[in-house]
Amino acid sequence: MRVVNGLIDWVDARLPVVNTYKKHMSEYYAPKNFNFWYYFGVLSMVVLVNQLLTGIWLTMFFSPSQGFESVEYIMRDVQWGWLIRYMHAVGASAFFAVVYIHMFRGLLYGSYKPPRELVWIFGMLIYVALMAEGFLGYVLPWGNMSYWGAQVIISLAGAIPFDVIPFIDANDAKEIGEALTTWVRGDYLLSTATVNKFFALHVVAIPLVLVALVFLHILALHEVGSNNPDGVEIKKNKDENGIPKDGIPFHPYYTVKDLPGVIIFMMVFAVVIFYFPTGGGYLIEKPNFAPADPLKTPDHIAPVWYYGPYYAMLRATTIDWFISSKAWGLIAMGGAIAILFLLPWLDRHPVKSIRYKGLVSKITLALFVVDFLILGYLGTQPATGLAKTVAQIGTVYYFLFFIVILPFGHRFEKSKPVPERVTGGH
Amino acid sequence: MSNDGVNTSRRTFLIGLTSAIGAAGAVGLAVPFVKSWLPSAKAENAGAPVQVDISKLELGQRVVQEWRGQPVWVVNRTDEMLAGLAQIEGSLRDPGSEQDQQPPYAKNQWRSIKKEYLVLIGTCTHLGCSPLYEQEPTVQLDHGGFFCPCHGSMFDLAGRVYQGVPAPTNLVVPPHSYLSESVIIVGSEEGETQA
Repeated sequence: MRVVNGLIDWVDARLPVVNTYKKHMSEYYAPKNFNFWYYFGVLSMVVLVNQLLTGIWLTMFFSPSQGFESVEYIMRDVQWGWLIRYMHAVGASAFFAVVYIHMFRGLLYGSYKPPRELVWIFGMLIYVALMAEGFLGYVLPWGNMSYWGAQVIISLAGAIPFDVIPFIDANDAKEIGEALTTWVRGDYLLSTATVNKFFALHVVAIPLVLVALVFLHILALHEVGSNNPDGVEIKKNKDENGIPKDGIPFHPYYTVKDLPGVIIFMMVFAVVIFYFPTGGGYLIEKPNFAPADPLKTPDHIAPVWYYGPYYAMLRATTIDWFISSKAWGLIAMGGAIAILFLLPWLDRHPVKSIRYKGLVSKITLALFVVDFLILGYLGTQPATGLAKTVAQIGTVYYFLFFIVILPFGHRFEKSKPVPERVTGGH
Repeated sequence: MSNDGVNTSRRTFLIGLTSAIGAAGAVGLAVPFVKSWLPSAKAENAGAPVQVDISKLELGQRVVQEWRGQPVWVVNRTDEMLAGLAQIEGSLRDPGSEQDQQPPYAKNQWRSIKKEYLVLIGTCTHLGCSPLYEQEPTVQLDHGGFFCPCHGSMFDLAGRVYQGVPAPTNLVVPPHSYLSESVIIVGSEEGETQA
């Protein structure tokens, strides 16, 4: 024991190990009233570790110049390769599932409101990096949906309305768009050059960025402290030792609370991996079981479910007003993501938590969730008559929610008084 | 800390100068990293323009050339074929070629530089199948044209799409030009692009 203590002292004199452990674990005081929704932060960490671990293992058997063949090799010939690959592919969907719920938790309890704006911004950056990572990863197996999905997404660069810039006419704009897509592809058509590039970005560049952002997300969170379902600042009520009265140390209280959540999540995850690894075409789309074929377009090019809402908004625009409807679609899609960054400043409700907000907030948030789910479903379906109209209404409500309801909705409702201390939660 | 003897304005100037030179260096260093993403010499070579010799192309005949992995058609249209183009404009989706599916020099009633020689990328704008060349009038195409066997899209002999078929737009006219009377170069506008 003396040897161990001595070693700890020796290291601690050279590296702030004990202090760091205290600051972020044993003396990080989290509100005592966390509920179910607070599992999903730690679950995203679990999925991140799963993706990194299985991802490193997959690179051992994958070669980007033979994407489709390597995946077949992993699935059929590599010992346990099928399991590692399904853990990675299903893990991608699981990542988005837990992140979406984690973000919804933020909306529910106003976790992005001051002083937690930066926590939200870092979270949003993680979300954007994750979407890029998911797209790049989906191209690598070089199935037919990989090919055509990439075709559609890369050609979006050609829809950027460069001609709104003075001195650039429609023809120049088209040339800039084509030059940009050629630069991204590294060729005049989607080819091995593209897959090689995407592989490097998917396995090295974006993961580095992701891990750094996760670190900053947690560092910023621990600086300001966690929000809670009551939206009460626990730091306002401290005891004589300067410890928040409603706070409990993260370790052991929340590490122990999180553990069962992680176990239950892993059980659900295992069921999907073993029994529904393709999720009926929603987790791995059916055309991706055939190799990429430039001469055979799938009947219906659809994104994976987690891009659904944005894809639905991309296709919903039909008005050629000032710029083309295709460019408007791009603006709707980009704007839908960009507007989330502004959430801390758009929400001007004096109350943080939904528990003490009035009826208007509750109904509009519920509608927003339904809207997002419907848009997500429509994004994976063909854009036919009725579906298109619904997607248009959904797109309008999506923006209405952020631009009108969040800033001004509180004027039309009566909020309940917010308690001084956190409650038991009911 | 005392500021004795410190020339702050000189210090500010030097910091600014160092930062500016550093930034310029960083931009310069970024050039190779950005440019490495462009098509390699190998890819450029594979995507180079291709020449089509049309001196032996009979009236009404079509040749197929591969360019950047796509079939490119060159058709030598007869006067009869050209006369048919005007008669069917009522049943076309985009008879005036308003959609940007051709270079500006092919945005005319023939969709070509010289009216007899039609140059098209031979993939259907619906789902990328290669339509069949119907030189003679058929049941659906009473002036000839292109018929896609996959989902039944129809195009006239200028590659213009008919109404009521799955394909949304006219067939694409690739950038091309005339190196001489008898040689077309596809993928390059270095030759003549006027009739």
